[in-house]
Amino acid sequence: MAQRVLMKGNEAIAEAAIRAGCRHYFGYPITPQTEIAAYMAKKMPKIGGVFLQAESEIASINMVYGAAATGCRVMTSSSSPGISLKSEGLSYIAGSDVPALVVNVQRGGPGLGGIQPSQSDYFQATKGGGHGDYRMIVLAPASVQEMASLTIKGFNLADKYSMTSMILADGTIGQMMEPISFEDAEIEVYEKPWALTGTEGKRKHNIVNSLYLQPDALEKKNFERFERYKIVEENEPLWEEYMMEDAEICVVAFGIASRVAKNAIVAARAEGIKVGLIRPITLWPFPAKPLAAAADKVKAFISVELSMGQMIEDVKLATSCRKPVTLCNRVGGMIPSPDQVLESIRKAQKGE
Amino acid sequence: MKTTQILIAGFGGQGVLFAGKFLAYKGLVQEKQVSWLPSYGPEMRGGTANCSVIISDTPVGSPIITDPDILVAMNLPSLQKFVDAVVPGGKIIIDSTLIDVKVDRTDVEVFYVPATQMARDAGFATLANMILAGKVLKETDGVAWDGNKETLEAFIPAKKANLIDVNCKALQLGYDH
Repeated sequence: MAQRVLMKGNEAIAEAAIRAGCRHYFGYPITPQTEIAAYMAKKMPKIGGVFLQAESEIASINMVYGAAATGCRVMTSSSSPGISLKSEGLSYIAGSDVPALVVNVQRGGPGLGGIQPSQSDYFQATKGGGHGDYRMIVLAPASVQEMASLTIKGFNLADKYSMTSMILADGTIGQMMEPISFEDAEIEVYEKPWALTGTEGKRKHNIVNSLYLQPDALEKKNFERFERYKIVEENEPLWEEYMMEDAEICVVAFGIASRVAKNAIVAARAEGIKVGLIRPITLWPFPAKPLAAAADKVKAFISVELSMGQMIEDVKLATSCRKPVTLCNRVGGMIPSPDQVLESIRKAQKGE
Repeated sequence: MKTTQILIAGFGGQGVLFAGKFLAYKGLVQEKQVSWLPSYGPEMRGGTANCSVIISDTPVGSPIITDPDILVAMNLPSLQKFVDAVVPGGKIIIDSTLIDVKVDRTDVEVFYVPATQMARDAGFATLANMILAGKVLKETDGVAWDGNKETLEAFIPAKKANLIDVNCKALQLGYDH
């Protein structure tokens, strides 16, 4: 096994991106993701890569768009208010079907909000944010190791489906240090015949564009894109099941909330309550199948979130509201305590 | 199976995060599961800074510590903020040079270590944090004392390697107190 080192979650993303072959980083500083940019600023010049601090978030996402159009592996990172600024560019990237990796280390909102951890950009990440019909693959790491592994996976999936992968992390996972070992990154290589690499006079020129003034052509593009999204939904959902074998209560939580939930589940099990966890690792595509299957055997779901209740809507959709779903949450940079989650589990057990 | 939750709190600049990083690396070197979580909010800028270190034989769940087994308090506001959070039977290690109050809880073990004064007397005034870290190692069975030099070598950059010996001395002072 590779040597274990201690690393911050943000640094793990940056190192993993470099190992995945990313040599183009465009960003603009914002807490709590600044370590990603700092790491890139230090490393990229030494390996022949580009680190560029743009004049704004809007500029940086459009630089990503430009670099992505050439077919290279490119990324940007920001935190909640910065992602809002990048949303126009995310829509253009989706409308042009080019691959990119975007990291959101979430902080409390709305507005400038605060700098403490949050998960309240779930809607923005999974339902759009930018305008138009589009999707992004949204990956939600719950450990420093996953910050690295999902970054590599994110690049691979982006190239595979020619779309944006977003790492949806939060301030806690970004700032914390845990042991991590970097295995050799499995870099998947996909042909990019659409890329703007220069024709050298040998082929017809490529066009990367999101403008289609003929409605029938634009409709066709949308239909084609959603055929691709359907394949992603079929093949790419990822999730973890924890103590679900005999569970009567199912907690659903991702990222930092899932770790708090695990503590609460251990405590509840000690009280004799049969409770387990389904942790979505991809938030889009949402792992609807295991939740639908769980709805056949559990009596209630609890969605634990650092938001006013966003993922809970997908839990209800996935289970067709066949069983009650309650919300256990804190917001604004606060994090639920294991005791708060435990209390929700006790209530669900009593049918409250 | 053991899990030790250590909360270190003080002013920004006292080396709270570094002491925590050292303890986390102790756990790492000893093949434990560890997590290290700093406070990164507005409290860093001129108020209290703290860091949560969990060292465990089993995978770490939440990295956030609500009820520490060991509290290291390096200033009065930090002690006041966290003193009631320590688990019954837990331990509180206090820099008694900077904190001149006594803990009135009777269900915890309290150690008063004049770490800032000891560091000054020893000629390394900035290492009160490591004196207190030495005391933590003495008072916990979650991590072994041996191998401090190797641990420091694992994460102190080569250009600062000259500071490893003095850090070891500070740890020893705390351990012997």
